[in-house]
Amino acid sequence: MSGIAAVFKRELASYFTTPVAYVFIAIFLIVANAFTFYLGGFYERNQADLASFFTFHPWLFLFLVPALSMRLWAEERKSGSIELLMTLPIEPWKSVVGKFLAAWAFTAIAIGLTFPIWITVNYLGSPDNGAILAAYVGSILMAGGFLAIGSFISAMTKNQVIAFIVAVVVSLMLVLAGYPLVLDVFSAWAPDALVETIASLSFLTHFENIRKGVIDVRDLVYFALLIGLALYANTIVLELKKAD
Amino acid sequence: MTATIDVQSLTKEYGRLKAVDELSFQVQPGEVLGFLGPNGAGKTTTMRIIAGFLPPTSGSVRVCGFDVETQPIEAKRKIGYLPEGAPSYPEMTPREFLEFIADARGLPKGSRRARLEEVYALLHLEKVLDRAIETLSKGYKRRVGLAQAILHDPDVLLLDEPTDGLDPNQKHEVRQLIGGMAKSKTIVISTHLLEEVDAICTRAVVISGGKLLADDTPAGLAARSRYHNAVSLKLADASLVDTVRAEIGALPEVAETEIDGDTGRIIAFPANGKLPLVPIGRLADQKGWKLDELHLETGRLDEVFRTITGGASA
Repeated sequence: MSGIAAVFKRELASYFTTPVAYVFIAIFLIVANAFTFYLGGFYERNQADLASFFTFHPWLFLFLVPALSMRLWAEERKSGSIELLMTLPIEPWKSVVGKFLAAWAFTAIAIGLTFPIWITVNYLGSPDNGAILAAYVGSILMAGGFLAIGSFISAMTKNQVIAFIVAVVVSLMLVLAGYPLVLDVFSAWAPDALVETIASLSFLTHFENIRKGVIDVRDLVYFALLIGLALYANTIVLELKKAD
Repeated sequence: MTATIDVQSLTKEYGRLKAVDELSFQVQPGEVLGFLGPNGAGKTTTMRIIAGFLPPTSGSVRVCGFDVETQPIEAKRKIGYLPEGAPSYPEMTPREFLEFIADARGLPKGSRRARLEEVYALLHLEKVLDRAIETLSKGYKRRVGLAQAILHDPDVLLLDEPTDGLDPNQKHEVRQLIGGMAKSKTIVISTHLLEEVDAICTRAVVISGGKLLADDTPAGLAARSRYHNAVSLKLADASLVDTVRAEIGALPEVAETEIDGDTGRIIAFPANGKLPLVPIGRLADQKGWKLDELHLETGRLDEVFRTITGGASA
């Protein structure tokens, strides 16, 4: 475990020694609040809940999380520090998990810093705080899913721009997996079972359930599996192509 | 004594290119092995395989008895490795970076602080400990890389071009440091600087095209030079050069003579196994030649290197 802890600590600290952390958090907070009040009509809805806040999280994460994940491995490859990391006595999967957890913790901090809106809604009315907590958990879980996929993609290239764009596209497919845009591609020829499976992979469906305050084991398992699989693939890619 | 580094028929292929070709060698504790070869000879690839960064295509590498492929973590614990170019995390300070290495290497809590302080002092890092590594000079960056490699006091040190890009003073310092650690460790240094081999190595392995071409002590390598035991002399009166050359050439101990174009020195190459220094000195005495210089050549590594590696540039 000490290997994971060492990588985690270094990685998390590195966010705060560069402007990355502050720029990311500032932009996340500004955009999250702008969406809530202007697109989501927080006041106009006249309801004491945070639906108009959480609804936009998948779309926000779609662009912001790949910006965070793109550097995870691509930067190590580019700077050559991957050679240092991979020759330390730390199993590659521990480095993958350590880095992922650091990025996830950082995202959780950013999401946590939206707490003023929770205070606001409690000041204005009496919302279901249990549902809000569930939505926060769902949001953080979903961010973890985006991150794990982004980390996996970042391990395949030393070019951060490529890592970003590919991660956005793959994440978009996953977000929209339950929508005609993606399903129509398959429904014409694929068996119904496959189409339904693809539909069930949608981030949106699973997040919507949790966001409404319904914590279903299936949704939790979905995100846990997604993260696990992506990190497993990440480790394999790393072991297969360490040097180039 | 068993070898701490045991490389057996190591081969690494990139597609159809053989970067390392059936390379075998052993290194014992206390040895400082100079890994020599022209650029692209396969030095860095070999180092990376020993360090566990690249998997070999075939063959095996054992470090302190641990196979780097099947027991990578155990092998890596024994190794301190300075990769080519001394990569690190540029945004970190040397202090943060070395603390991370201490965490990653699992330095014992009790001695950790003392060891860090010791390494800061050994590499003179105190002044730059809290500046971002990216703002440091090349010499300091290299020293941070070395500090990282020796922090856990490893049995095996692999240093890929440890003095590349350093100024002469820094080179000297790094060589002294390596020399100081040599007794208790097994050290492999890759370099294309022949002076470095002369300065610190107890043994030199020359590779080119991924193949082992020579494995000898620096003195043994130098002895392969045609300059080995040759005598060079410089006359005070340059006009006598041709006469003197003819007389020296007539000595039975001398096989042939040559004039060094730049300096006007006469170089007398020894006849098979003979030592021409004393006869030449005696001759100069008898004839009353005025000599500015007279000395014995031990052999030129650069010439041996060029001969062995087939004229590929150093």
